[in-house]
Amino acid sequence: MELTQRLEIPVSNQVVWDALNDPLILMQCLPGCQRFEATAENCFEMTVQAKVGPVKAVFKGEVMLTEMDPPRAYRISGQGQGGVAGFAKGGAQVSLVPAGTVAQPATLMTYVVIATVGGKLAQVGGRLINGAARKIAKQFFTEFVRIVCKQEAMDVVIETIQGEG
Amino acid sequence: MSNELIGARVLRKEDNRFITGKGRYTDDINLAGQTYACFVRSPHAHANIKGFHISAAENAPGVVAVLTGLQVLEDGLGGLPCGWMLHSKDGSEMKQPMHPIMAGEKVNYAGEPVAVVIADTYEQAKNAVEQVAVDYEVLQAVVDTSSAAEQADIYPDIPANTCYNWELGDAEATSQGLAEAAHITRIELINNRLIPNAMEPRAAIADYNTGTEELILYTTSQNPHLARLIFTAFVQIAPEHKLRVIAPDVGGGFGSKIFVYSEETTISWASKKIGRPIKWTAERSESFLTDAHGRDHHTMAELALDEEGNFLALNVKTTANMGAYLSTFASAVPTYLYGTLLAGQYRTPSIYVEVDAVFTNTAPVDAYRGAGRPEATYVLERLVEKAASELAIDPAELRRRNFIGKDQFPYQTPVALEYDIGDYEASLDKALEMSDYAGFASRKDASQRAGKLRGIGLSCYIEACGLAPSALAGSLGAGVGLWESGEIRVNPTGSVTVLTGSHSHGQGHETTFAQLVSAKLGIPIDDIDVVHGDTGKMDFGLGTYGSRSLAVGGSALSRAADKVIAKGTKIAAHLLQTDAENIEFDAGEFKVIDSNEGKTIQEIAFAAYVNHDFPIDELEPGLTEKAFYDPVNFTYPAGTHICEVEIDPDTGVTEITKFTAVDDFGTLINPMIVEGQVHGGLVQGIGQALLENCVYDTEGQLVTGSYMDYCMPRADDVPSFDVGMTCTPCTHNPVGAKGCGEAGAIGSPPAVMNAVLNALGQTDMDMPATSEKVWQAIQNAAASN
Repeated sequence: MELTQRLEIPVSNQVVWDALNDPLILMQCLPGCQRFEATAENCFEMTVQAKVGPVKAVFKGEVMLTEMDPPRAYRISGQGQGGVAGFAKGGAQVSLVPAGTVAQPATLMTYVVIATVGGKLAQVGGRLINGAARKIAKQFFTEFVRIVCKQEAMDVVIETIQGEG
Repeated sequence: MSNELIGARVLRKEDNRFITGKGRYTDDINLAGQTYACFVRSPHAHANIKGFHISAAENAPGVVAVLTGLQVLEDGLGGLPCGWMLHSKDGSEMKQPMHPIMAGEKVNYAGEPVAVVIADTYEQAKNAVEQVAVDYEVLQAVVDTSSAAEQADIYPDIPANTCYNWELGDAEATSQGLAEAAHITRIELINNRLIPNAMEPRAAIADYNTGTEELILYTTSQNPHLARLIFTAFVQIAPEHKLRVIAPDVGGGFGSKIFVYSEETTISWASKKIGRPIKWTAERSESFLTDAHGRDHHTMAELALDEEGNFLALNVKTTANMGAYLSTFASAVPTYLYGTLLAGQYRTPSIYVEVDAVFTNTAPVDAYRGAGRPEATYVLERLVEKAASELAIDPAELRRRNFIGKDQFPYQTPVALEYDIGDYEASLDKALEMSDYAGFASRKDASQRAGKLRGIGLSCYIEACGLAPSALAGSLGAGVGLWESGEIRVNPTGSVTVLTGSHSHGQGHETTFAQLVSAKLGIPIDDIDVVHGDTGKMDFGLGTYGSRSLAVGGSALSRAADKVIAKGTKIAAHLLQTDAENIEFDAGEFKVIDSNEGKTIQEIAFAAYVNHDFPIDELEPGLTEKAFYDPVNFTYPAGTHICEVEIDPDTGVTEITKFTAVDDFGTLINPMIVEGQVHGGLVQGIGQALLENCVYDTEGQLVTGSYMDYCMPRADDVPSFDVGMTCTPCTHNPVGAKGCGEAGAIGSPPAVMNAVLNALGQTDMDMPATSEKVWQAIQNAAASN
């Protein structure tokens, strides 16, 4: 599954970049995230509860930030073992381009999300993984925008997220 | 035999218990102190195991034991064997990877068991499975059949992922035939991989008695004796005299329950360790992942014809997917059950077939209803239909022109088999008539006026059944002879207990065999019970597969009945104070020739057990006889299937408007049961042709692992079938029967595909012809015009 979206966020490039590197914000954005702890620079351990079709499971795994190019781009990738449910791997290539003015800063954020699953998730939820991954990605970036934006601008951006793909 | 029972539509004796919920399946059995097993399975198709973490599961509530593949290694258990040795062209033995009952070091397909949790309740076992963590180092999976040989080796000692490169036939004569041909028809096909889907999933209860050191295994097996043999001789679970395997009522198998699997073997081993009974019942998800799959061939074939449409030569090259390990009979399926059938019903003088069997990181592939013969029929009948289309000869006429004539039997084919008897024109003519083949053109016009596409397709199949003549099978690499045993116990009061090594899991043996014995002995059918599926009750048996039960198991019973009559004759002679030569047996009565004196078989049975005056040097008491019947040849059921379809070009939906099957199964004991077998086989064949498809993704994940994604045929997907029979009785067994269990699944897929392609005016499409694929084909054709 692959999902590409473009958003214009009405805050500066640096604000978006800092938020993308803040474990607390990442944890808040990731739906079902119960634990998100740094283990090394740009490495985190996480516990996430997720549901794909009929399979509900707690995934334990790690998240890594790689291909760091501050404040323009990075790759966030993770993989989790869901016990008998199988495993999930996924990530997003995120890139940021300044798009506003000094007076009205804005950032064009592009993200390409990929996800794969294995084990029972693939067996009974394979066909549903696209929908599930899209939903998770949308929830993630909706929450992200909610946190970094001011209230009045937020609704417009969120509408963009929900409308596409 | 008393003739009115042979060919009678006797209602099935077993149905009373089945339709009133009184069947007793493995999962219905519960033993005192029973525990429950749940398996930990690999989510990866190919990975090294770096470690097991089981202490949390061991400490979970109710857990009795957690055993892993490492303990299997420590205990030195043998691997699950393949019972048929094949040799490559160069004479080397096939490659056989070690198939541990649970993986300890490396997993080779998604779903492979790596550990088992045993607990007091099912829920506790299932919860504790969540607590087992396994560290994997994921490796690249090999999935695709046709390119498997070019990918990285799965096993270090098996180069090019190749099990064997096998050949049969005369390569030189075939090349010559192709060189001399006026026309060559070529085809490339995929025979789609299938998942068996028996109604009852696999299940087992292993019960080890620490006092007697006896292990009883209740399991869903088509051949409990074979399971016992493998457990003892290869896996070394228990000595044979201390191991009893019981296969009670079993809800369907289609081949998938022939094989000896990891789970049943593991709980047998584990029961011995914990000293308590262990039950395991597969969830449907586990069935999808681990029941041996079927088919999965990639084939290129060419048929050479002369100017008159006579077949000159057939050249076939197939790659067959074995999955990750060799299942019990896997090696024989794409070879001796496939290559040998490529002559079909035709006189093709030269045939050459090469089969490369490859390993992939997928579930093992083995016999599934038809086993090799559907694949052969599919290649040949698609090819013949395509040739007819290319040469603008009526497909029925092209087949007729090449049929082996009814006066040419016995007929030696160029691919090892000698057909004993058949009349292929009779089946073809009857099918043409029943299907109103002549009226097709006007029906096609009517469809056209309604905006629909109508097509008709033929398939003239043959199969080799009645597995198998042991000497021949042995010379071809079979690890065991393939005879069958039968025992008839005439009880003192005249009722009869029939014991057979065959196993009924839906086929109706309890009726058919009772009919056969009743006809032979003249004892009412209600006084006859058939017992099967228990190694503790009968000597040995080789079970049910390959449409063998009546042809081989029934023949054993026929021989045993002859022995009962012979013994009864001696007893009658003693009682009637005459010589045995003066006694004749007819319709349940031993009569003194040319007199009114006689004794019924019931009187003889009573005397056999209660008399005090037998001359015991010459005449032993009792009236129990057994026979081991080893066939001298395969049987060769054959027939013609004709499918007519109507396709809606707007949706691509294919409706089968008429399906005609005319089969020659030799002598029929119970036509109602035979027709039921034909119907079931047809539905499975139509399922393969239109709906079913097993798909792994590129990582080796089974993505058609539930009924949401694996489409089974339902009642509204098939028409009411028109089934007809012709009869040339088998020449070499005493029953005259050839076997009917697989024919429907063998003959129907090419008939359906030929009809679909005929409707579309095209020549190439792989199964299943889903509405999406058909619609796309219509769009593509429209775009290119």
